[in-house]
Amino acid sequence: MKRIALMGMPNTGKSTLFNRMTGGAARVGNWPGITVELLSGKILLGSDMVEIIDLPGIYDLHGFSDDEQVVRHFLHDNVPDLTLVVVNTTQIERQMSLLLQLKQLNMNIVVLLNMSDEAKKFGITVDADKMSELLEMPVFLISAKYGNGYSEALHEVGNALRYPTPGMAEQLRSQLEEDEQLEDEMAKVLESTVQVPARLSDQLTEKLDSVMLHPWFGLPIFFAVMYMVFQGVFLFGSPFQEGLAWLFDWFRAAALEPMSSVLPQFLQGFLLDGVYNGVATVAAFVPIIVLFFLFIAVVEDSGYLSRAAFLMDALMSRLGLDGRGFVMVLMGFGCNVPAVLGTRVMRSRAMRLLTMLVIPFSLCTARLQVFIFFIAALFTASAAPLVLFTLYLFSFITAIITALIFKGRFKNDEPFVLELPPYRFPTLRQMTLRGWLEVRHFLRRATKFIVAGVVMVWLLTNLPTTAVPSSVDTWAGMLGSAFNPIFEPLGINEQLTIALLFGFIAKEIVIGALAVIYTLSGDALSGAIGQQLDWVQAYSFMLFTLLYTPCLATVATLQSESKQIKFTLISIAWSLGLAWTVSFAFYQGARALGY
Amino acid sequence: MSAHTLAALHPGDIATIVSIHAEEALHLRLLALGFRNGKQIELIRKASFSGPLQVRVGTTDIMLRRTEASRIEVCKV
Repeated sequence: MKRIALMGMPNTGKSTLFNRMTGGAARVGNWPGITVELLSGKILLGSDMVEIIDLPGIYDLHGFSDDEQVVRHFLHDNVPDLTLVVVNTTQIERQMSLLLQLKQLNMNIVVLLNMSDEAKKFGITVDADKMSELLEMPVFLISAKYGNGYSEALHEVGNALRYPTPGMAEQLRSQLEEDEQLEDEMAKVLESTVQVPARLSDQLTEKLDSVMLHPWFGLPIFFAVMYMVFQGVFLFGSPFQEGLAWLFDWFRAAALEPMSSVLPQFLQGFLLDGVYNGVATVAAFVPIIVLFFLFIAVVEDSGYLSRAAFLMDALMSRLGLDGRGFVMVLMGFGCNVPAVLGTRVMRSRAMRLLTMLVIPFSLCTARLQVFIFFIAALFTASAAPLVLFTLYLFSFITAIITALIFKGRFKNDEPFVLELPPYRFPTLRQMTLRGWLEVRHFLRRATKFIVAGVVMVWLLTNLPTTAVPSSVDTWAGMLGSAFNPIFEPLGINEQLTIALLFGFIAKEIVIGALAVIYTLSGDALSGAIGQQLDWVQAYSFMLFTLLYTPCLATVATLQSESKQIKFTLISIAWSLGLAWTVSFAFYQGARALGY
Repeated sequence: MSAHTLAALHPGDIATIVSIHAEEALHLRLLALGFRNGKQIELIRKASFSGPLQVRVGTTDIMLRRTEASRIEVCKV
């Protein structure tokens, strides 16, 4: 099968073009020579199937950033039959350099001058025919977003594929600036084919920026935007989540339970409470992830995400992070899973890993449920908001401490120089495609891991078969007793230890687990816990719950995104260690003070 | 006409790039974004709390940190 590589600088609309070409039917795959995965899709072009590969956006073929190395290694080991070079027409003056670097490699190239709609608005005119003549390669003006000129270009791509690949010359390691020939050639082509008005005036972007990046109002507006996104995702998301949960319960009661009643009780429990609950756990994340990426697509594609980076950089640079990381950490307060997935907007791997290490400390809504239950059981209504506030404070402080401690280990060595693209309206198509791709990615990667984890905990709490499920006689109970010496100095008793084991799967099931363990529910459970524990023990338990591994889905996502067992283990070990230390310090300290 | 670093400019100032003193990775990135000797550069704004700068080179708006901006020598027009 013939192979077409999509190349271009960042912010050229390359991914939009890729999505238009493949119609969202893309898959992630591994390639020889590189360790990161790339999106690719197979389409029918003329009468042949061809494979299109979306390479990361790069500024320079000879650069040293992670993405630039990936592209070089990819081209070296997987010479494409044709390369589509996507150029942002509004920035054609400086984007020509990458095109000419590629031309020097003697590759089979078709040039797509994208964002022709925007260029027209700016008064930039390009003589594509003449440029094609000078560059000796086909040149097309297109708009990947709206589809103008797309079919003509695609037709030519089909034609160009018929010629054999010229073969790639040895890499030219000459520096861009010193390459006078390149400069001359660039100037010559530009001079005779492109007309740019003396000064570009994007009035709208400039006006918006003067408000959005205002020295005083910029930050309040940023937090207001974030608050709206946050509320949007979780307000719209929770009815869908509840609906989905109801649907899963209904299907279980109406179809699965009657159907499986002939099975031995243990097997039925295994299938329904283990496997089926695992699938339901995975499904619960779907609405949140789709909505999250719908909103993130708006924030990112509109150009606001790089403005957020601008606003938050003063603080974040001291933590070894950047403003985009801050957006993801904030989103983690809703749910850690999409926040970890969202770190992909950062192109430097070191910074991405550091951000992924910080996100699990964001107090997500699942943990909030546990805290609300415990606070209601042990604190007065007037103290409750203060208690909850201190937990949020711990969440922020541990996130900052984590960043400070690990910023040396995950040192970002890429220069922090970012484009601030003009504000744009993302199309509905771009948004929905993004949500759909991300959710499919999550389902592919995390489903097995999460289902296996849920099944494992079910087995632990139901074996041996002679024991009462979730009681101290089960393997989970034995684990609880075995771990008791570790948790006793934190004021966490055996029953709560078993609940923490469940909490490793998902914080949503902690209260449910306690109900099973105490064989009580609702107010009765709340009352029993309120009598058994004092506030110091309860707060210590909440601190531990806040800081130790958020949930299995987050761990699965950390693993699938970092692709490094070592990183995932560091994340788990660090959060467990920190949880224990903080709870220990709090519990022993409070007891020493006489509480 | 006097020589400054980019970091010392004020919002609204327009200057010409005189030289770029940066290590290779930063240098290449700046070149690819259109920073070249002799090019005009406009400082649009500075973020509060010693945050980054927003500059305009040609048709592109770019943000960079002050440490990086101090490596770029400019001549005010």
